[in-house]
Amino acid sequence: MPALLEVERLTRRFGGVVALDDVTLSVEQGETVGLIGPNGAGKTTLFNCVTGVLRPDDGEVRFGRGPMESLTGLAPHDIAQCGITRTFQNVRLFSGMSVLENVLVGTYIRTHAGLISSMLPSAEARREERWAQDRAMGLLELVGLAGRSHEMAGALPFGLQRRLEIARALSSDPALLLLDEPAAGLNAAEKQALLQLIEQLKGQGLTTFLIEHDMRVVMPISDRVVVLDYGKKIAEGPPKLVQENPRVIEAYLGTSTTVNREP
Amino acid sequence: MEGFRNQTVRWAIGVIAALALPILNPNPYHLDVLTNALLYALLALGLNLIVGLAGLLHLGYAAFFAIGAYTYGLLNLHWHWPFWIGMIPAAIVAGLSGVCLGVPALRVRGDYLAIVTLGFGEIVRIAFTNLEQWTGGPNGLLGIAHPKIWIPGRGLIDFGVASMPYYYLVCITTAAVAVVCVRLSRSRIGRAWVAIREDELAASCMGVPVLQLKLLAQGCGGAIAGLAGAIFASKQGTVTPDSFDFILSVMVLAMVVLGGLGSIRGAILGALLLGSLPELLRWFEQYRMLLFGLTMIVMMRLRPQGLFGRSSQGLAPDRAHAGSA
Repeated sequence: MPALLEVERLTRRFGGVVALDDVTLSVEQGETVGLIGPNGAGKTTLFNCVTGVLRPDDGEVRFGRGPMESLTGLAPHDIAQCGITRTFQNVRLFSGMSVLENVLVGTYIRTHAGLISSMLPSAEARREERWAQDRAMGLLELVGLAGRSHEMAGALPFGLQRRLEIARALSSDPALLLLDEPAAGLNAAEKQALLQLIEQLKGQGLTTFLIEHDMRVVMPISDRVVVLDYGKKIAEGPPKLVQENPRVIEAYLGTSTTVNREP
Repeated sequence: MEGFRNQTVRWAIGVIAALALPILNPNPYHLDVLTNALLYALLALGLNLIVGLAGLLHLGYAAFFAIGAYTYGLLNLHWHWPFWIGMIPAAIVAGLSGVCLGVPALRVRGDYLAIVTLGFGEIVRIAFTNLEQWTGGPNGLLGIAHPKIWIPGRGLIDFGVASMPYYYLVCITTAAVAVVCVRLSRSRIGRAWVAIREDELAASCMGVPVLQLKLLAQGCGGAIAGLAGAIFASKQGTVTPDSFDFILSVMVLAMVVLGGLGSIRGAILGALLLGSLPELLRWFEQYRMLLFGLTMIVMMRLRPQGLFGRSSQGLAPDRAHAGSA
């Protein structure tokens, strides 16, 4: 499978802290890749650099189906246009808008009605609007929110807000979906439902790159896992092997050198 | 669909009532108060696009009103442009000035943007006061032509100083702009504005070009104020810089906030209330501004989201009481 996303020697510093240190990785088309690592390892910083929220100090991000284009220096909305959308670690919905409107915002880049055709009656704009509404409702159906489309997004229970955020990210029909800790704050049943949703998206051929803390979520759905620690990539491979990798265990649990030193 | 039809009926009743009013009550003083209130409503509709939808706090909105008024005034005095043609460049120039202001001003957000726009409002007013060779300085522009309209059988009629024609002019313009604003707010552009107001970073990650849309909001809001300015200039026959002071900007903002940020009927109702309240309270004489202030305070205490605003934590307004478990 050809690569869809290539991150090459990415470095990002915050003052003296090196949040990302020379990270190189790639995501192939159709793959589900998990990104794990202890708190502060630079996972979200990596997502922010890929989506244009942060500018990397060094290195490059390339993306594309077929010919790869550099994303470095592009604004977030240009990157969304290229086909990468995301969710956020702390859900960032448009809480004063309805559930349906939240998803409709994501169709902005796939519709084209300008100022004049938005202001005056226009058959083209109406057709486009109907398409957007159908698409949004279809996605709400997929995440199980179709019955609550007119509620305010801010009033939804947290678990549903996470699902709504995924629907919103999908509405522009992205080639790559970035999920930043989609299971955080969910209960066991909600986590199970989330796993099913991600499986279902995978079945539809969507490429997913997800940050996740919960191993019971990330291990079963990931084809490959990348591990970051202190901004460096310390391991990469199939979930099983990564789980047994001593450097990964050390990063998560600390070293055991003090044990058994004295008889 | 049911709701849609109800709404259409409600709008139709409103329009018919508005059109019939001068025939039922031809008192010129009442009409004049109402015309001014409707002119405020036009301004509130424009500011609602900037503050209510796009969430950009703007404290110098009167400047766009002034630019529209002066544009029509100068075009009429120097080149005898009639009102019906002159109002178009008035709207365009005011809209462009909104975009031009936005390019530097939109680098800052929130309170800082409010300060920059406040400065803009003052600069425009002071510039019009001091550019004496063009604007007539503090005396302003005098002798701007009133609109003329051709009626079959009666020839060309000058609006003059009568109240009724201006009432109709402002009423129809405000209604037309309101319809355009409703359409706009339900379009992809309107949704993108609200998304920017709600969460700018999330909006940009969803593909909304934030800066471009903020400039568009400033441009549209500016153009509406420019149109209102041209009407104002043609109605008064004179424009002086002191008509466009900071208090006007604050008044229009208060109308938008009272009606509920982002709500179009709210903006209109807020403007009608606040625009006519000082006149309705006139028999309280010196206490009227006190009562005015008190009304605002009570309002903010009891209903901070405004008359028609939706609160982000609650349910959509039509279900506010249905599903609270």
